[in-house]
Amino acid sequence: MSQDSPIFKTATELSADLTAGKISSVELTQAMIERVETVDEKVHAFLHLDKEDALAQAKASDERRSTGECLSPLDGIPVGLKDVISVKDQPLTAASKILENYRSPYDATVTVKLKQAGAVVAGRLNLDEFAMGSSTENSAYGPTRNPWDLERVPGGSSGGSSAAVAAREVPLSLGSDTGGSIRQPASLCGVVGMKPTYGMVSRYGLAAFASSLDQIGPFSTTVEDTALLLETISGHDPLDSTSFPKEIPSYSAELKKPAQAGVIGLPKEFFGPGMDDEVRAKVEQSIEHYRSLGYQTKEVSLPSTDLSIPVYYVIATAEASSNLARYDGIRYTSRSNRAQNAIDVYAKSRGEGFGAEVKRRCLLGAYGLSSGYYDAYYLRAQKARTLIRQDFERVFKEVDAVLTPTAPTPAFKFGEKSEDPISMYLSDIFTISTNLAGLPGISVPCGFTQSGLPVGMQLIGQAFEESSLLNIAHAYDRDHLYGRQAPNL
Amino acid sequence: MDIDYVANLARIELSDEEKTTYQKQLGDVLKYFEKLQELKVDGVEPTAHAFPRYNVWDQDESKKGFSALEALKNAPQSRQDQVVVPKVIEE
Repeated sequence: MSQDSPIFKTATELSADLTAGKISSVELTQAMIERVETVDEKVHAFLHLDKEDALAQAKASDERRSTGECLSPLDGIPVGLKDVISVKDQPLTAASKILENYRSPYDATVTVKLKQAGAVVAGRLNLDEFAMGSSTENSAYGPTRNPWDLERVPGGSSGGSSAAVAAREVPLSLGSDTGGSIRQPASLCGVVGMKPTYGMVSRYGLAAFASSLDQIGPFSTTVEDTALLLETISGHDPLDSTSFPKEIPSYSAELKKPAQAGVIGLPKEFFGPGMDDEVRAKVEQSIEHYRSLGYQTKEVSLPSTDLSIPVYYVIATAEASSNLARYDGIRYTSRSNRAQNAIDVYAKSRGEGFGAEVKRRCLLGAYGLSSGYYDAYYLRAQKARTLIRQDFERVFKEVDAVLTPTAPTPAFKFGEKSEDPISMYLSDIFTISTNLAGLPGISVPCGFTQSGLPVGMQLIGQAFEESSLLNIAHAYDRDHLYGRQAPNL
Repeated sequence: MDIDYVANLARIELSDEEKTTYQKQLGDVLKYFEKLQELKVDGVEPTAHAFPRYNVWDQDESKKGFSALEALKNAPQSRQDQVVVPKVIEE
């Protein structure tokens, strides 16, 4: 396919082309649909694509524009959603059998915001069932493949959202991040992915996994596009009592202002053994680049880092076991036809409808919350969470952002970790503490390995300082634009 | 971990094969969690939310919700604007 095709353009470029009348939203959406039809057989990022609905939205955008009306820079631009974000009358499976026939009766708040911005909300993207996993192998509808190497995983849980952008099936997508589920797949697929500060983006209409950790966030090929999508979906929402009342600046306008080079912290606990050599080399090169731009770097310490995986899995599974109680075979999930009584309806419907990792996590969560174990697991983990949060508070007195690798390795092969939960859990080692502390984090592509697999670096910012974090990320990204390199498909 | 006890708490029916597999896998995970038990947490306040907000009130106004038809659209079985379930009370 020609490199001039609209599918290779960023949302920012497409927005300019739409304004200049060089392309219509219908033409753009048609090009996206054709791309999905050509490559998704290989990639399997999409669980569902309602073409008619997408083209109808595109047509409405073109009609608006023809009367001189444009709702936002995203007007007419397709955005794919992870299949845990509600869109009225569209399916939402959460990649689970238990929601096979479910259709959302309402829009999530982010969906409302995208529609108000005129975006073409198109496509339901694959994930690990209920966002539990780091490889998208836990989808009940088959795994997504990494567009850079179809033998490898795209990461997870938002593997469909990262792969769809990497494969140039959509210029933008949304995922959700509970312990790294946006940043890790962004890193493995060579695109930008960002988890905002907890409370910046409404969770209303997001199928909940762990409510104190979940955040919705953007995927794109550049930091510039991430800023554009983030400012569209952020903001206080009365329908989510954990959403924070905070003024949202125009992040994309802030990017254009000259930024002062600040101080970047390098946590020594994140650069220890266990990291792939090529990942280490690429991340060290990106640190060098920041130095060449005038940034100061400083070794810092986050001593509670080694607690983050146990703390995360105790808290996240406890919250999950409670949240997933709603999938009970009664009101809106499929019901086992072997059920004789009420308890049967729950146990058999869930036994038939949930996959292995979801079962493991519900069991683990129920155990950690159960009588006699609550103090030893859940309460202790919540206290340890305080220590992790305090580590970051201390470090952010001295630095503007913290830089780490996003994942310890590039994309791994299918089946490599799927039978060993702990080794899979360790692929989130660098991203998890950000969720526990509620901080914003972004993964930016920082090069490729010898064998052509993408590598990502992670920047962690201060709470509610998305603008500063995006500026620091953009300072690197605009000089490299690794996310703009497209795989051969 | 008493897998039958926990499966009942979680209301998930497991096959014998699943019980054997999860018993072992979750045993390994719990062993990995042991470093939590060594941690000194005396006097540390627990964190439930990174940025807790208290008393988030809403105006006490009635708002339009789903119609019965919309609310029941995804129900596996319904009749006369209600969800049908197996009998709960024994005779």
